[in-house]
Amino acid sequence: MMMAVAELKKVTKAYGNKIVVDAVNLQIREGEILALLGPNGSGKTTILKILAFIENPTGGEVKFQGEKVNFKNTEKVRLQSTLVFQKTTLFGTSVYNNIAYGLKMRKVPKETRDREVKKALEIVKLEGFEKRNARKLSGGEQQRVAIARALVLKTKLLLLDEPTANLDPKNAGILEEVIDTVNRENKTAIVMATHNMFQAKKLPHRIALMDEGKITEIGAPAEVFGKLSKNLARFAAVDNTFTGTAKATASGTSKVDIGNNVQIEVTAQRQGATAVFINPQDIIVSKTAVESSARNVFKGKITEIADLDSLVKLKVDVGKPFTVQITKRSFSEMGLCLNAEVFITFKASSVQVL
Amino acid sequence: MADVLGGIVEAFQLIVTGDPEILGIVSRSLLFSGTAVILAILWGTPLAMLIAMKEFRGKTLLKTYFSTLIGLPTVVLGLILFLIFSRGGPLGFLGLLYTPAAIIIGQAILVTPILVSIGVSAIESVDPEIMSLSKTLGASESQAQVAVLKEAASGIILSDIASFNRAIGELGVVLLVGGNIAGFGIRTDVLTTAISRNVQIGEIGLAVALGILLVLILFTINIIIVVLRKANYIVELAKAPYFRLKRYRETK
Repeated sequence: MMMAVAELKKVTKAYGNKIVVDAVNLQIREGEILALLGPNGSGKTTILKILAFIENPTGGEVKFQGEKVNFKNTEKVRLQSTLVFQKTTLFGTSVYNNIAYGLKMRKVPKETRDREVKKALEIVKLEGFEKRNARKLSGGEQQRVAIARALVLKTKLLLLDEPTANLDPKNAGILEEVIDTVNRENKTAIVMATHNMFQAKKLPHRIALMDEGKITEIGAPAEVFGKLSKNLARFAAVDNTFTGTAKATASGTSKVDIGNNVQIEVTAQRQGATAVFINPQDIIVSKTAVESSARNVFKGKITEIADLDSLVKLKVDVGKPFTVQITKRSFSEMGLCLNAEVFITFKASSVQVL
Repeated sequence: MADVLGGIVEAFQLIVTGDPEILGIVSRSLLFSGTAVILAILWGTPLAMLIAMKEFRGKTLLKTYFSTLIGLPTVVLGLILFLIFSRGGPLGFLGLLYTPAAIIIGQAILVTPILVSIGVSAIESVDPEIMSLSKTLGASESQAQVAVLKEAASGIILSDIASFNRAIGELGVVLLVGGNIAGFGIRTDVLTTAISRNVQIGEIGLAVALGILLVLILFTINIIIVVLRKANYIVELAKAPYFRLKRYRETK
């Protein structure tokens, strides 16, 4: 039996009358990557803050490395656990000072500090950035500085709150690689909150599904996704995840009816209750219906536009809301705006059947 | 008109020759106001931190109180302090009236609302996550507070400069509790009070010289601040093309 780095026992957190974490039991094992997957407001961030000891639970017990944590005095135990916030927060100073901050707090001598900062920057592929003003970097680079600042501390527990949520695929890819490397090489236990199904499927060893402050399902990714529990249906809040009823077609594919007259064609042969996920990057946006081999074409309206680094994230409502990522250049060249009518197209083989 | 022109000419002569009388007045002004601001920073900055970082009842009221006090006429504060420090007053036994100490204390009290008000808004404008961030990186409660203060540095420095400007340029407090003593022994006349006295006794040249110097001091201090900020900016600017070139090469 592997030892638990941290353990939550019936941990509850309430703000006034609002319960955000509801009697959660959770063990974080040594050396594992655990993903907390759930819609916004399901309590992921609060659990991370409790595990970082910067938020006190209202009830229950937290153990860290076998010892009960006294939340009145967390100064020592905080040194062993660090959290990277979803909203990148940097000190208004150089990249070096940002990354060295935690080491200074730990009274690490200057030579060691210099070496460690350099190493951390190499890991996040920002070599030579020491003297740059941290706040003048691009969004993706800033988030990588924030990760480097956490990595350099070599804590027992590394907590990541939606580490790639606002990043373009290039930066997100770098970060996923970093997370994987750090976990393998340093055996750091990592807990990450995400609502990216795609990420949840490939990085973690275990997944905990969260909904309304509770953990509804926990286990290996294949196990959790395989078990099509009723909880997963609520994950419509997660980007491009839909549940519906599948019917096999004559041509060997299946059609999944996800409601509101939206039927998604998938390559897998399925019958009955099915959940599907489409990576936002695999969806093509066009102003007119394109003739192609792609099996799924829907007409809808743009309901939301969010600006990422080099990308624009769109929500297109085709009866069901789809999240689509396109480059900034395509966005401006196509002259897209809110409420514009567009077509979305994706291949049947791009649809992941969970 | 000839008087005024003569005064201006005389003023420049006095400044250029480095008249010892003028030097004395200028250095007293700098010393008294400088000490007053440092003293006020010692209690004003912690007070600003307390108000900005703690949640308590009546917080808004307290903030309003300090921002209202910024506009308090200096002569009214001077009068209040005069009554406190005068022989029959509650602190009369200290014998501080008409001494440099009284001027320094008076000016320190005068600038406290500026320090607190600007300080509070500077600290409050810092990203609230900075506190949690410092803590999760291993800072103790007080170290985390220092981190927040560092983020507010430019606003805090602004409040220090504004306070010094107010202190060195005010007349009411320094006149009423300082007494504008220019005779033998300890002198308490500073730039503003000396200007007012010299105008009254017809020493226009000296008054104009002091006036010019007062404006010059304010101007110089503000220029230094601007230059320091600009210098930082210029360094950043100079670095930018280098990094752009480096990145261009890397991508190639």
